Amino acid sequence: MKKLLVIAVLLITISISACKKSQEVSQSPADKSKFKVGLVFDVGGRGDKSFNDAAHNGLEKAKKEFGIEYEEIDPGDGADRESALRKLASNPEITMIFGVGFIFTEDITKMAIDFPKKKFACVDYSVNPQTKIPDNLVALEFKEEEGSFLVGVLAALTTKTNTIGFIGGMESSLIRKFEKGFTQGAKFINPDIKVLVTYVSVTGEGFKNPGKAEEIAISQYSKGADIIYHASGLSGIGLFKAAKENKKLAIGVDMDQYKEAEGFVLTSMIKIVDEVIYQTISDYRTGTFKNGIKSLGLKEKGVGFVYDNNNKALILPAHKDKLDEITKKIISGEIKVSAE
Amino acid sequence: MLESIITYSFFMQVFRMFTPYYLGASAATFSERSGVVNIAIEGFMIISAFSYAAITIATQNPYLGLIGGLIIGILFSLFFSLFTIKLKINQIVIGVGFNLLMAGLAKFLMLLFFHSSSNTPGYPHIPRLPFLKSIPMIGDLTGDSIIIFALLLVFISQTVLFKTRFGLRLRSVGENPEAAETLGIKVRLYKSGGVIICGLLASLGGIWLASNQGSFSDGMVAGRGYIAIAAMIIGKWKPMNIFFACLMFAFFESLEIALQISGSGIPSQFVQMLPYLITILVLIGFVGKTKPPAADGIPY
Repeated sequence: MKKLLVIAVLLITISISACKKSQEVSQSPADKSKFKVGLVFDVGGRGDKSFNDAAHNGLEKAKKEFGIEYEEIDPGDGADRESALRKLASNPEITMIFGVGFIFTEDITKMAIDFPKKKFACVDYSVNPQTKIPDNLVALEFKEEEGSFLVGVLAALTTKTNTIGFIGGMESSLIRKFEKGFTQGAKFINPDIKVLVTYVSVTGEGFKNPGKAEEIAISQYSKGADIIYHASGLSGIGLFKAAKENKKLAIGVDMDQYKEAEGFVLTSMIKIVDEVIYQTISDYRTGTFKNGIKSLGLKEKGVGFVYDNNNKALILPAHKDKLDEITKKIISGEIKVSAE
Repeated sequence: MLESIITYSFFMQVFRMFTPYYLGASAATFSERSGVVNIAIEGFMIISAFSYAAITIATQNPYLGLIGGLIIGILFSLFFSLFTIKLKINQIVIGVGFNLLMAGLAKFLMLLFFHSSSNTPGYPHIPRLPFLKSIPMIGDLTGDSIIIFALLLVFISQTVLFKTRFGLRLRSVGENPEAAETLGIKVRLYKSGGVIICGLLASLGGIWLASNQGSFSDGMVAGRGYIAIAAMIIGKWKPMNIFFACLMFAFFESLEIALQISGSGIPSQFVQMLPYLITILVLIGFVGKTKPPAADGIPY
């Protein structure tokens, strides 16, 4: 009996300390206009130098500008996301909860119904026409195809071999959006361009296999491609390595990946997760929170491409002008980018 | 169309993909020949890949990374022998445990040291061999000491297992440990020997992956350790057969990439499926009987 008790106490301590560690509670004076936000991270968690870190930066920015408080939970791989959401939702201080990643789609929909007085937001929500989105949930969906279209345009303008490549992580409708946008952009400039398309895998493992992505990149480069765009998560490391070794160009994804292969990254198609989270908090604060699907394309500044001092030398001024012109046309609806 | 696929770079690619498979498969062979089932090849590859990365970043010396990675591999195989040979715990259970432990440990340490849950900073690779790397055409392959070792390993393991006293005794403890012991062979010592060689070779596979990739990333071994075990079974625990089994896996993986790029219309999923289909056909007895060592997996 005693033994059991000791074990039980031990387990409780461990679980409490494990939770404590991943929570970050910012202390600022209580104020009526100041509220508290909760956020649960995606697989990969804090320190992924991508999605999750960007989400954290969004919270930080909101904290700095509005003086809000926040609490984060990093459940890790395969952990129970639903209980993390429930924990935040049942905290009386927290009035708004974020889920980062499409993996939250089902859980957050359920949770929004269970806690009708709280507001919920899900980054990369995968919209299912059969499910009604609750009144207190905003589904943040990026139009990756629009950003990919732009980098496709740039690749087609820049290529010297008239051949460009695309590496996808997992063969799925989400990654197809990147591929289709990229191909459309390239064909918009040059209908005869050759786009080599390769997927790392048909399972989620394809996002974590840099060794194979490197072999794919080497093959594409040897088949004449001189610029390769990837949407393959961590596997992209392999592409950047191949780009450096073959002295060819690569295009990053999700965030600015210039540092992965300095001098060989033409640009990156970025999803501006931090800004989107900041905006959503700002909307809530000013009372303009709206439920339903919020599509974030070029118009909403949800996606874009990198053009800064690092890669200025790789992009001709004329090409930059062309990109700006096309960006305006997409925003005005003159050019339509399809996701399929 | 065939000429556009079977090119010089395709051939090189097959051998690069072959290397980690063959190192892992040979590792598993040595362990199983001594009667210890080690399904933690994947875990050994992960932890040694991470060790190579961490030590190379800390010292900026890839040779220290190589040695350190191998030492970590040996340490873990000593643990593995403690549990499986001394404490006689079910080998499959321990193998699963080791796989989970090593994958988790690598990620935990990566967060601790490098504050990232995804990848470490970059580091240098193991230097290429001075003369062999300048051979025209195949310099990329022959310059890589671990690829060369993997190719030589076919003959090394064939000789060690079938032509030396150590190999004979190793196999005897895997086939019939009671008989071996009545002849005065120290059964547990030989089993531990098998497990340690296994840890060393699997670690070398992980180190090769880490060295070639230039930065350690979470999940980078990506199931190669399990494919290695499949290759060992197809190869019927014989070094030469395993060599061809690994080549087959590497060949189909390269073919899948090439077919996707060529836009031939052959679904890549179909090609991806082929090696596994062959594995199943082998296992149900299409290419003769596959017989593991008689006392494989039974603690002694």
